[in-house]
Amino acid sequence: MTTIETAAGPAEPMVLNMGPQHPSTHGVLRVILELDGETILKARPVIGYLHTGIEKSCEDKTYSQCITLTDRIDYLAPLSNNLAFCLAAEKLIGIEIPKRAQYIRVLLTELTRVASHLVWLGTHAIDLGAMSVFLYCFREREEILKVLEYVSGQRMMTSYFRIGGLALEPPPGWLEKVGRVIDLMPGHIDQYEELLTENRIWIGRTKGVGYISAEDAIAMGISGPLLRASGVPYDIRKVFPYSSYDEFDFEIKTATEGDSYARYTVRVAEMRESLKIIRQAMGKIPSEGPFRADLPGIIPPSREEMKTSIEGLIYHFKIFTEGFAPPPGQVYQAIESPRGELGVFMASDGSPKPYRVKFRTPSFVNLQALPKLCEGRLIADAVTCIGTTDIVLGEVDR
Amino acid sequence: MESQEAGKNPVVQKLRDWNPQAVAEVTDFRGETTIVVPRQLLVRVSEYLVDEPSLRFSFLSDLTPVDRFPMEPRFELNYHLLSLNRKERLRLQVKLSGADPSVASVTPVWPTANWHEREAFDLFGIRFEGHPDLTRILMPDDWEGHPLRKDYPVEGYR
Repeated sequence: MTTIETAAGPAEPMVLNMGPQHPSTHGVLRVILELDGETILKARPVIGYLHTGIEKSCEDKTYSQCITLTDRIDYLAPLSNNLAFCLAAEKLIGIEIPKRAQYIRVLLTELTRVASHLVWLGTHAIDLGAMSVFLYCFREREEILKVLEYVSGQRMMTSYFRIGGLALEPPPGWLEKVGRVIDLMPGHIDQYEELLTENRIWIGRTKGVGYISAEDAIAMGISGPLLRASGVPYDIRKVFPYSSYDEFDFEIKTATEGDSYARYTVRVAEMRESLKIIRQAMGKIPSEGPFRADLPGIIPPSREEMKTSIEGLIYHFKIFTEGFAPPPGQVYQAIESPRGELGVFMASDGSPKPYRVKFRTPSFVNLQALPKLCEGRLIADAVTCIGTTDIVLGEVDR
Repeated sequence: MESQEAGKNPVVQKLRDWNPQAVAEVTDFRGETTIVVPRQLLVRVSEYLVDEPSLRFSFLSDLTPVDRFPMEPRFELNYHLLSLNRKERLRLQVKLSGADPSVASVTPVWPTANWHEREAFDLFGIRFEGHPDLTRILMPDDWEGHPLRKDYPVEGYR
């Protein structure tokens, strides 16, 4: 333990425990702070309070069964996790997904990105005292969850993307519902900006707080809005496009200051870009066509086929009891989740159950940088720094 | 298992020109190149891949062990690298024995490896020499055993 100089002579710093039960740690995160008065000398995050062994459980389930587990990793953007896992499995097996399913995946993933950023903005703002923003953001998010419920039957843990495409045919009229939500969104985002962007208190609490340089960010493996706010234009949707993202027209939003205010501007701009992508996707999705690939041994047959043909019945039985076996090998598939690079590493040994699944979650890696962000600043800035890293403990701990 | 295309990858060629022993094996699967690096050369190969101006694999995305019990060598450590300049990914693999799974830490090269290596130690029991703080990260501090090993039951002991 370091000694600090005080008016009464040398003394030990105070060790303060923040969490794991704390309204501002966004989950069960514990941060051990060594303080000199209100200045943070050292911050040490302690994690593992939400570790449920998802990766171990995946080794005991067939590939399709694992998808329901993936929802719960980053529980604020469940469709992102579904997408990452399904893309990895599809890469491993070597399947091509029909374009219609790809466009629907893009639309729903971007909708999830907006929903996730709304939660981030609402909780970050309320941590710093702006309580109305929290209620407005959640009101908008409610509309998005209603759309997801209409499409998949579930508000949050949708498991809507499956290996080969989607779980179900989207119901009629869903695009109109999506359209109604995103017609109103730009106005709402303007409302949040009106409340925060030029607000003296907001600027005072976020400008210059939690600075990280581009070199440090790359060295620490940081990705997502944190990296882009430090000036590095790395967005996996553009650099390694997946699921037809290269057919969409959108920009990578960056900032140069690398502080919490810059991250705020980047995420708000990203929300607007996501709305652009959703609108383009709405125009691209053909009204008819397959919602999943046609691979009899791997993708389950439709209910009608299963009930009327013997091959359908046999495939259904085999797929749901035994599962399908991809070739042996390993793949790493990364997507741009709302928090950064979400990667799935999948190793197969030729059996129907994955041999190893590793979820490289952005929050786990970004949280490592917390000491760098808040050491040397005040305790109140620790709250800002945790909020601006946008962590989800389900992702950190799995 | 050598594959034709993997051998033609310019990164593999550069690595071979720098030190022919650096590339023990190279495979290419679904467009991804995996280079098996001998355990004792890991840090030097990493430094070369980061410092060489035309490569600059400065971003370590992920560090994943795979337990191949009861096969020997038991552990495969996968390092997923990314070069922002070249917009290219690469996988390095180091094979470790089950009896003494230890390898040099790459935290001096990529500081992000800190927590990844702690997780590998916690869940697999792999030791990283030179790591600044090799303690458990996800499991409780007094936990015994390494849960993600293949000989650890999925339902646990408690």
